Amino acid sequence: MSLAERQDMMTDNAVWDGGMGSVGDYIALLKPRVMSLVIFTAFVGMMLAPGTLHPVIAGVALLCIAVGAGASGALNMWYDADIDSVMTRTSKRPIPDGKVTPEEALAFGMTLSIGSVLILGLLVNWFAGAFLAFTIFFYAVIYTMWLKRSTPQNIVIGGAAGAFPPMIGWASVTGTVSLESFVLFLIIFMWTPPHFWALALFKKGDYETAGVPMLPVVSGETSTRHQILVYSILLAPIGISPYLLGYASPFYGIASAGLGAAFVWLSFDVWRLREGDAARRATLRLFKYSIYFLFLLFALLFVESIAGRILG
Amino acid sequence: MTQENDGVKLTAEQTKRRRSRSIAIAFALGALVVLFYVVTIVKMGPEIMNRAL
Repeated sequence: MSLAERQDMMTDNAVWDGGMGSVGDYIALLKPRVMSLVIFTAFVGMMLAPGTLHPVIAGVALLCIAVGAGASGALNMWYDADIDSVMTRTSKRPIPDGKVTPEEALAFGMTLSIGSVLILGLLVNWFAGAFLAFTIFFYAVIYTMWLKRSTPQNIVIGGAAGAFPPMIGWASVTGTVSLESFVLFLIIFMWTPPHFWALALFKKGDYETAGVPMLPVVSGETSTRHQILVYSILLAPIGISPYLLGYASPFYGIASAGLGAAFVWLSFDVWRLREGDAARRATLRLFKYSIYFLFLLFALLFVESIAGRILG
Repeated sequence: MTQENDGVKLTAEQTKRRRSRSIAIAFALGALVVLFYVVTIVKMGPEIMNRAL
């Protein structure tokens, strides 16, 4: 459209419904809580990686990974605004709330995506930059645009996007990836399904309304409970594997075994209790515990890596 | 080109929010300038000072 045509279409009193977003609304587009987990796991990946990185460069890497994660959150909110508006958990997000227009969120997300990838590539290394670009693409395109609306396995495959940050952190230091970093990926990857399916069990109505094919909606609650238990049983030994592979202490081995056993126990409760308030409580308990579980495993690895560096 | 040329009239609230966003963008750009400066110094390393005068 030419400028003259555009001028013709607008009267002096044309009202623009955009531009209502505050700085806080734009920060909310970055999904700060998800971002904090990404920063934490990426930092642990950097600490565990062999070799050293200048603290300033390490800070830049972490900043870029965080901004990249936030950017993919903004792109997710841009594409999923229709779903977000009908779900109670997400209806107050900036786009459904009318604070930010979808176009503004798209521009914001794309700008931060390109900026974070370029800065990570230029200032840290291009392998890490390319890995961050792939992660953003995976979350925004593969998960958000494709898997989320088409298969109940959406969060199983899409969970990879949330599991990549420790590998990107590792790649920032080493310029490559390795089995050790892949194990960090695997812990988050296997943790994601039971965590989100627990949430989906007590938010099933929301997903139904929004038409999102989450496992409890498509396959039913019983099948979801079976799968939560199976993934939990698989997750427990993977949680111990940093010790088995020799880059965590026996203390980590024992602690992670205990944490994994508790995870399986709570999943067993979800599997066993299927009716009424008891079932709801068990599901909520597993959901809350799963957050502590992941945090504690990575916190243990973090503390051990610090101790290892101090003690030489 | 100004907003007036587009025929779009911003409300007082829109103007206020645009101003707060502009300030945040200014801070972010300033932080990037500092970041690139510091990283340049770090990348050059202490050897930059070690040269014949």
